Amino acid sequence: MKLTVWTYEGPPHVGAMRIATAMEGVHYVLHAPQGDTYADLLFTMIERASKRPPVTYTTFQARDLGGDTAELFKTSAQEAFDRFQPQAMLVGASCTAELIQDDPGGLARALGLPVPVVALELPSYQRKENWGAAETFYQLVRAMAGPSAPPPGSQRPARQPGIRARCNVLGPAALGFRHRDDVREITSLLNRMGIDINVVAPLGATPADLARLGDADFNVVLYPEIASQAAAWLQRMFGQPMVKTVPIGVGATRDFVREVAEIAGVDPTGILSAETSRLPWYSRSVDSNYLTGKRVFIFGDATHAIAAARIATQELGFTVVGLGTYSREFARELREAAKLYDVEPLITDDYLEVEEHVVRLQPELVLGTQMERHIAKRLSVPCAVISAPVHVQDFPARYSPQMGFEGANVIFDTWVHPLMMGLEEHLLTMFRDDFEFNDDEAPSHLHNAGAAPMRAEETVVPAVAEAAALTTDRPVLWAQEAERELKKIPFFVRGKARRNTERFAEQAGLNTITIETLYDAKAHFGR
Amino acid sequence: MSAAAALDTARPALPVLQEKGQREVFCGLTGIVWLHRKIQDSFFLVVGSRTCAHLIQSAAGVMIFAEPRFATAIIDERDLAGLADMNDELDQVVDRLIARRPDIRLLFLVGSCPSEVIKLDLSRAASRLSRRFSPAVRVLNYSGSGIETTFTQGEDACLASLVPILPAEAPNAAKSLLVVGALAEVVEDQMARMFEIMGVGPVRFLPPRRATDLPAIGPGTRYLLAQPFLADTARALEARGASRIAAPFPLGEEGTTLWLQAAAHAWGIDPDRFQAATAIGRERARQALARYTGRLTGRRVFFFPDSQLEIPLARFLARELSMELVEVGTPYLHRQHLADELAMLPPDTRLSEGQHVDRQLDRCRAEKPDLVVCGLGLANPLEAEGLTTKWSIELLFTPIQGYEQAADLAELFARPLVRRARLEV
Repeated sequence: MKLTVWTYEGPPHVGAMRIATAMEGVHYVLHAPQGDTYADLLFTMIERASKRPPVTYTTFQARDLGGDTAELFKTSAQEAFDRFQPQAMLVGASCTAELIQDDPGGLARALGLPVPVVALELPSYQRKENWGAAETFYQLVRAMAGPSAPPPGSQRPARQPGIRARCNVLGPAALGFRHRDDVREITSLLNRMGIDINVVAPLGATPADLARLGDADFNVVLYPEIASQAAAWLQRMFGQPMVKTVPIGVGATRDFVREVAEIAGVDPTGILSAETSRLPWYSRSVDSNYLTGKRVFIFGDATHAIAAARIATQELGFTVVGLGTYSREFARELREAAKLYDVEPLITDDYLEVEEHVVRLQPELVLGTQMERHIAKRLSVPCAVISAPVHVQDFPARYSPQMGFEGANVIFDTWVHPLMMGLEEHLLTMFRDDFEFNDDEAPSHLHNAGAAPMRAEETVVPAVAEAAALTTDRPVLWAQEAERELKKIPFFVRGKARRNTERFAEQAGLNTITIETLYDAKAHFGR
Repeated sequence: MSAAAALDTARPALPVLQEKGQREVFCGLTGIVWLHRKIQDSFFLVVGSRTCAHLIQSAAGVMIFAEPRFATAIIDERDLAGLADMNDELDQVVDRLIARRPDIRLLFLVGSCPSEVIKLDLSRAASRLSRRFSPAVRVLNYSGSGIETTFTQGEDACLASLVPILPAEAPNAAKSLLVVGALAEVVEDQMARMFEIMGVGPVRFLPPRRATDLPAIGPGTRYLLAQPFLADTARALEARGASRIAAPFPLGEEGTTLWLQAAAHAWGIDPDRFQAATAIGRERARQALARYTGRLTGRRVFFFPDSQLEIPLARFLARELSMELVEVGTPYLHRQHLADELAMLPPDTRLSEGQHVDRQLDRCRAEKPDLVVCGLGLANPLEAEGLTTKWSIELLFTPIQGYEQAADLAELFARPLVRRARLEV
């Protein structure tokens, strides 16, 4: 049993819904108690879907438990088939129905429906949303494409000369973080490279489309959390290579172009020299100097977090001080990435633990999910959202991809916008007691100026009492005048200065920090 | 009173279409979203699955609170396989929680579908933990599971769990009034003032704003329901000797007047004094409502079942704003508590109880009502089909009871229509 305040992922059947809802011609019959229909509003309200998710819930109640819930399931499945006439059906159980063990798969088989019925086994007490999405997509792909798989061991015939390469784009789903726009961006990039798209799935695909996945020469996996399992199966069964680079950021997009070109046998030089993003120039332009070494904390799904760390370091010149994910399935990948930046990897789905890390690391920018946005807001640290779980704000009306060259432009704007502008920062450092313009003010270009902020450094959030205890429970004392001098340092570097000074004092074996210690530490560590 | 004369209790009962099928409704856990703000020193710990945690989080929608006073103890496979003792696990979770939130005075352990199905005994857990943390923290339990409760029934279960711990009224205490059902504070304050002017009192409210401020109860307690979904709470109150003052619900000018009047009758208040006390409020409510009649009169409204507020709302819309009721769906119909409301509905009102959502959608589309009152899962899809909707959860999160809010309530229904008329895109 685990105390949970906020969850990063829903249960696995919500993942299955994200696949069913993304597709056309699929219907999902879910054995579930009343109340589980709340999941519909994720799609209709957060994503503003104009259609109900294609899901029928049995919505059993206590009085049904004494009777025949299995019969209720069969009636619901039959009625759903008759009404919606899907090309394929998914059947499964939510957490409560899993406990009553009615076997939706067996019951659905007994109905003898004239379409493929995929029975989903999604262990709710063990797995979560992304796993459920990946498993559902994989099972659907197997069920639909499996019959047309070539005999094991057969060689994939080489593409005829003069025929354009074709690929599938796998992974975009309902409720995905910018999936809609990423698909458009990457589809167009692939087209400009001279590559045709065979199928995009699950978003917008029908079961019939899945049946012809094997026609493509290779697969592009945009979201490994959702599609890597299916793509691995396609690779095994159809000999289709998979493009593994996720094109988030300028560097990664260029790597992606090269990898695709290699697999598709096309020449990337034209695209690589012609296509570009404004990010590299904006990042080199002198006004971006102030971005140098900004301490950034990154948390999200593994794919977006790892990509963000690369962009932050290589493309914006930030310093990554923390890197983490809630995607346990990709813990290995994240650990490897963390090594690159010499930070402790944080693999957790415990919001409180993430909060403790943010408080301790005192970043100047948080790149996270909606949850971290709240942590950052409370600590008055600037924040940009880089990953699901999604919020209605993550479905902007404008075109706003994360992937490809345009995605890099969007990222530059989104991450830099919350920060204090360079000259403003300098003025604050020089004249920090100005009654109209001091470090209690928000950056002048942001509209929340005037809100009473609560600084990470002096946080009183009960949630982080333990973390605070860790950082203050030290034998080093601050002399009053040193404490006053520390206050003259603007808040966005004050935390770092405090920590460095304390570390310096400890190493030097000092019991009291004086003004001299403060400046000695400054000289020792640099800014 | 002319309004009282309107009650036609002798009329034969309205036929009710009984539906069984998919129910597009929230479970009782959703009540936590408002209850955790209402009782300020309380905390709600759901003992359930990841689905439960996800539900409350999603139902709370954009209202992610800095530090919510609710959380979920998520049952995992170790608990189910018997590898971990669930009671020990729960105790540890509660320890951690109370260490984090020393301000908690009342902790609700909230049962869920999984905890009910595996028959985890939360009442024993609650008494064990209560002993352990007494007197600083009191621990109660109730079920908000979807297999037993629909949406607002969660509040009913929560309040019912409070009744046994209400202090007993002194043996020969004077008659007192208990207003039952979570209300916005501004509404409570208005009502308290109104009762005072009328000479009805002492008045107490359940739930209280603080858990340390529980109202006393006894045979002298007369209670007045402020919400129509409190069947179990009413039963528990009666078991403690309290008796119900039957009344319609305080929605709209008429509903509020009849509700206040029922209390005035019970206190034997002189009709002139009642008139004097309510005249200003009634007049103000009528004037404010007049602004919306033009927009709403003759408009056809269809209610999907949701909060059990549907029947009182339908009565208000039909009688005070002359709207036409196409269908009034309710998840559950408590005939006794709603007797006065049912008697006031237009005689040909189509009522439905329970739900088969696809069939109901068929009926709704066929009727093409001007306004559909429905849950969040249905609202946008119906808008996309060209229907105008009012999402019903807002009716629980907005002060709508009493004279001063009568027009606000009308405005909630008028706004979607006004908006539809304004937009040219």
